[in-house]
Amino acid sequence: MEIFWFIIIAIVLAVFFILDGYDFGAGIIHLFMAKTEKDKEVITKSAGLFWDSNEVWLVVAGGMLFMAFPTFYASVFSGFYLPLIIVLWLIVFRAIGLEFRSQFNYQMWKDIWDKSFGVSSLLLALFFGIALGNVVRGVNLGGVENGISHYEGHYFFLPLWDSSFSPLSETPGVIDWFTIVIGLIAVVTLAIHGANWIVLKTNSSINQKLKKTVLKLNIVLAILTIFSLAIWQIVNPNSLNNFTNNPYLLIFPIIYLTGLIGLFFIKKMNKEIYPFVFSTLLILGGITSSLASMFPVILPSTNTVNESLTIYNTVTTAYGLSVAMYWGIIGFILLFVYMIIQKKIMGGKIDKMDYGH
Amino acid sequence: MEDMIFYDRLQFAFTITFHYIFPQLTMGLSLIIVYFKWKYLKNKVESYNNAAKFLMSIFAINFTMGVVTGIPMEFQFGTNWAKFSELTGSVIGQTLAMEGMFSFFLESSFLALFIFGEKLMGQKLHFLTGFLVFLGSWASGWFILATNAWMQHPVGYEILENGKFVLENFSALFTNPWLLPAFLHNQVASVTTSSFVVASIGAFYILRNKNLKYGKLFLKTGVIFGLVSSLLLAFPTGDWNAKNVAKYQPASFAAMEGIFETEEAGAEIVLIGQPNMVEKKLDNKIAVPNILSFLTYQEWDKQIPGMDQFKEEELPDNVPALYYSYHIMVGLGTIFIAIMSLAVFFLWRRKLYTLKPLLWVIMFLVPFPYIANITGWYTAELGRQPYLVYGLLKTSDGISPTVSSGNTLFTLLGFVALYMLLGALFLVLVGKTIHQGPKHQTH
Repeated sequence: MEIFWFIIIAIVLAVFFILDGYDFGAGIIHLFMAKTEKDKEVITKSAGLFWDSNEVWLVVAGGMLFMAFPTFYASVFSGFYLPLIIVLWLIVFRAIGLEFRSQFNYQMWKDIWDKSFGVSSLLLALFFGIALGNVVRGVNLGGVENGISHYEGHYFFLPLWDSSFSPLSETPGVIDWFTIVIGLIAVVTLAIHGANWIVLKTNSSINQKLKKTVLKLNIVLAILTIFSLAIWQIVNPNSLNNFTNNPYLLIFPIIYLTGLIGLFFIKKMNKEIYPFVFSTLLILGGITSSLASMFPVILPSTNTVNESLTIYNTVTTAYGLSVAMYWGIIGFILLFVYMIIQKKIMGGKIDKMDYGH
Repeated sequence: MEDMIFYDRLQFAFTITFHYIFPQLTMGLSLIIVYFKWKYLKNKVESYNNAAKFLMSIFAINFTMGVVTGIPMEFQFGTNWAKFSELTGSVIGQTLAMEGMFSFFLESSFLALFIFGEKLMGQKLHFLTGFLVFLGSWASGWFILATNAWMQHPVGYEILENGKFVLENFSALFTNPWLLPAFLHNQVASVTTSSFVVASIGAFYILRNKNLKYGKLFLKTGVIFGLVSSLLLAFPTGDWNAKNVAKYQPASFAAMEGIFETEEAGAEIVLIGQPNMVEKKLDNKIAVPNILSFLTYQEWDKQIPGMDQFKEEELPDNVPALYYSYHIMVGLGTIFIAIMSLAVFFLWRRKLYTLKPLLWVIMFLVPFPYIANITGWYTAELGRQPYLVYGLLKTSDGISPTVSSGNTLFTLLGFVALYMLLGALFLVLVGKTIHQGPKHQTH
């Protein structure tokens, strides 16, 4: 049962990063590449029409974690207190940037909200990557050592950074050189994904340029991926064990690799959906591989006193999980129905659509 | 420790108060929008459709604000109230996750379609998307109040040896006797807020002598919805809730009503008075004997326990704040009924549109349903103190043990600054929309 819910939540999280990922990416692209007013407008619209239904996946993921693994929810969210609150603020800035830019026709007004949308998308992508880095690296989970109580139970509090800036330090902070690398990977991945989305959804004049950018970013991503595999081993030496013990788990890294390799061939492809599919595979593969490498741990403990948080020691009771399964299935069916309706009505290039009343 | 609890409570109170401004309008407004859209489908008079779309652009601004201030609410359970989350997550995680799954998805998927899709869908489908937005926003209220009802009157749980609450009976969460009255009262209140907003916009147009056709339509619809909903606020929903508090939270009831000492021969109802916590009595009291006993139990001489019957630590920790919140809510509700009755009377006599003094009153009435709603929410929440889960889990045992008060203060100040900016933006945007009037919405 806990494995079932672990998989469900992993799927919800992956869907969140795939869906909201493209509008984060659109924000990053917008920040660096959108030069003309027309481009800015279509890019904002390509994200603005969908961000709120995408962000619901985050809310659902949060709610499900709360329900299924309350101990994990409680310790992680209070442990990463400062970065999490900053993430919440960034979400606010991004959303109002998207929603309010076209409410007034003043250049300065639009510029402010464009920057707000772009910068907060970039920082959010970075922070989400850093968060993943932290979860992989593990934290000093409270406990009592030599008679001195760190914190009670499995509670901890992470500062934003530690002076050594090293993931191997006794008390690592949220930001260190390892988590920064993972953060950069997230930024590059989402930028690629966002660019593919824009190409798919608009006839923007920068579309041709974006295809070239994706190729360049993909090279950067390939280099970062190889580099991160090496440092991943330093930070978490056990990360390959799951794969050697259960070779079928290799499907997840293969999904990632398919996306990475596929993106090198997009120039030859005539359908714009393919690049988007490949960057979707990138995100899906990246998240599932990271989780598969840790399973069943969901937050490793770096001290010797406290055991790591796993899906088994943070889970709620079987009864709660089983009723949630019933309403969860109904909920997912409804979701697919909504998505199909939305796609039917709002599919296609957005700049061709007839908006307004 | 003391100031940790204080800042955590302050932060939650601040962020939820600000958040609640927006959903209370969107829940009620979606009903009025569906009403206009339905009128349009029935008789094809263009102005109904324009009215619906105009209100939808106000709805959209509110919805964005509600979403961006609502996401922090869910995550604050984990950041600031980690102990509470750990202990109760398996129960209220259910209702919170369901809120996202069943209501938020519905609302946000169909809102974009309603706003942008009229020409792509045709009128009947457009009405349907509007209706689904309404359904989503009301379902949202239902799940949030189910969560709150469990904290007010816990049901269907079991407490394990390690102190964790686990779910024992899922359906009990939704048959909680606290839930239905609280939900209905809350929804009716949100209809009151939005009908006052609509009436106020109408009054504004008439007084400014512009958009007259819409001004009259909004005013008429607003005061009729306003009268019906404010009557429903008092009876049966308000009455039903008060009886629930008397039954399940007698200590809160005594504090709300300002009863310091138990009267043998039935309790009086306090209209005005100031709680004096030092001498344990009400100063400057105006009260009517025996009415409270009658209202609560339909018996004139039924005894109602006063605050003297409870141990100090069982009483809400801020009696004056609770007492004033409750009395402000009830007082405003009474005023609403009076003003709206007057407005409907003059509407019936065909004098409302030219009766300037009343139009001015209606125009400036807008903040008061918000105040009444917020003080109503405070009444429920302060009444539950000193518990997070009534009678079972103390507020002081629910905070995050590792987050220091300095961090909470820092983030509180951040939220205050950010929300001030949001509030200013919100006023500017809604002001602009109203200024432009129907048929001129941007999007």
